[in-house]
Amino acid sequence: MKGWWWKGLSVVLLLYVVIVGLRTPLGPALVHVSVERIAPGEVSFEVTGYNTHFKENAPHLWLENDGQKVCATSVTPISDAAVSVTFTVPQGLRESMTSIRAWDVKDGPLVLHEAFFTEGRGTGITETPCAIQETARTSFAFPNRAILNETIRNLFFHVPMWFTMMVLMTISFWQSLRVLRTGDLGADRMALSAVDVSLLFAALGLITGSIWARATWGNWWTSDPKLNGAAVTVLIYAAYLILRGSIPDGHKRARLAAIYNIFAYVLMFVFIMVLPRLTDSLHPGNGGNPAFSSYDLDSSLRALFYPAVIGWILLGVWAYTLHLRVSRLKALSDDASD
Amino acid sequence: MHSILVEKFARQSLRALRFNLFSAPSAVKLFFAFFAVRTMRSTEIAHLLKLEWQLDRRQKHAWGSMALYVVSTVYVCYQGVRHLSETPIWNALFWIILLFAAFNALGRSFQRENSGRQLYLYTLASPRSVVLARTIYNAITMAVLSLLSLAAYALFIGSAPLEGAQMGTFILVVMAGGVGFALVLTLISALAARAGNGIGLMAILGFPIVLPMLLSVMKASKLALDGMGWDVTGKYVIWLLLIDVITVVLAWLLFPYLWRD
Repeated sequence: MKGWWWKGLSVVLLLYVVIVGLRTPLGPALVHVSVERIAPGEVSFEVTGYNTHFKENAPHLWLENDGQKVCATSVTPISDAAVSVTFTVPQGLRESMTSIRAWDVKDGPLVLHEAFFTEGRGTGITETPCAIQETARTSFAFPNRAILNETIRNLFFHVPMWFTMMVLMTISFWQSLRVLRTGDLGADRMALSAVDVSLLFAALGLITGSIWARATWGNWWTSDPKLNGAAVTVLIYAAYLILRGSIPDGHKRARLAAIYNIFAYVLMFVFIMVLPRLTDSLHPGNGGNPAFSSYDLDSSLRALFYPAVIGWILLGVWAYTLHLRVSRLKALSDDASD
Repeated sequence: MHSILVEKFARQSLRALRFNLFSAPSAVKLFFAFFAVRTMRSTEIAHLLKLEWQLDRRQKHAWGSMALYVVSTVYVCYQGVRHLSETPIWNALFWIILLFAAFNALGRSFQRENSGRQLYLYTLASPRSVVLARTIYNAITMAVLSLLSLAAYALFIGSAPLEGAQMGTFILVVMAGGVGFALVLTLISALAARAGNGIGLMAILGFPIVLPMLLSVMKASKLALDGMGWDVTGKYVIWLLLIDVITVVLAWLLFPYLWRD
């Protein structure tokens, strides 16, 4: 047991992340309204929800125009995810975008911001709010956000890949320092193994990121500081491997590769930390975009994200130790055959 | 009395540094390092700079080849596009030319050493002086070369985008970019020369490291061409200076390991 408990831990954590992370439903949300603009008078339209439970729970719906509430006169659930509503829109509503809100016992409060435009010319009304006591949703679910939708689960895969890559590159950096200090070829082998495995995680990070970008931004790749940083990182370590390949002598190779590794690692870190903050970026965490904290604020995501990070990092380190053992055995068998 | 103490302090720190870089806590070492640079063999560096200058004067073809490279590249572009007036393309093409000129010019920085002369240098000077002198010399070379490239480029490809530009800021950004390339590529050039694989390897090793610098400097020069002043472009230049400082410190720390064989 001693010495490999963390491998078990990584498997357990990742199983938890894969099973719970993929099976937990998204929270309910309103996603669509069948009209684009409404005018004063009798108005009927359909509201579409996602993961909602309209049929069994008799939802209440109301408009919110510039903070003023108007309750629906009739609400007829068509299915769990669709409801037909009728409003008597008063004359006095202001001309502005209007939100639609809903509540039922199981789904809690729901809102679709700026659902449609109201063609009022008024200056305000006496509110007619629905006479209900709103209670919060109690079921465990991930936040249902516009654009992100179901892809929010990728948070448990895409982000930890880069964290794992960083950890492995830091191991490689540390071993390169050891190479320069002691000239130890074993440390050089460790540095190489860490880079090899970190490139695997970089590839996984790029693939998961690319799929995510396609689903949310509509493109497989965008010119974005964060993405450029990722590309630079991969190029640097590919160059590291090429540098190693071009030097036949073991000790010289170890030393030169270590020098390049240290040089590149420090500069890469500076780029990745500073460059995205200099310019605007679509990527979360940069250029005025909400950082992680807004996702992390949700405790349901946090309960999966932190175990995912730990699990993937441990898995990465495990892969690194295996890779290292293989390369040690290879070196031994090469020595034996010489 | 005070100056004697400072000198003694610096000397001790220098000895500690040369003895073993890794034996003291790194923060302390970095602190000492900056002290040491101030008092460190400035005459040695001056001599080495003079040596570089004399070598270049003796081999006039070196400068000639750099200038010819820039002019012929610009001329090829001129044949391809005649006059360019769109600022973004003008800007991008200029930086591509300057980047490859930098690779070409700095690639030979450590190539021209035959092993005999290198051994001789090794016995005479400390490796850190060598790399600092080389870096300074390369920075000066690139500052001149970037201005030369700009002149040739504006002459052939057209200077229309320069008309609405903040000229002072633009020239500053161009020189800062050239100097930045020089600082980053000096150590890379030494590495490639050591690996015995010339300019091809240098391009592979240097490109990803230069790329982020290139991106920010392109952006800054584009802003300067659009008539933005120092208040907008300033942060890019300061960021460039930050990379420069880190690069020089890293080269200074790492070069001794590269130099010994």
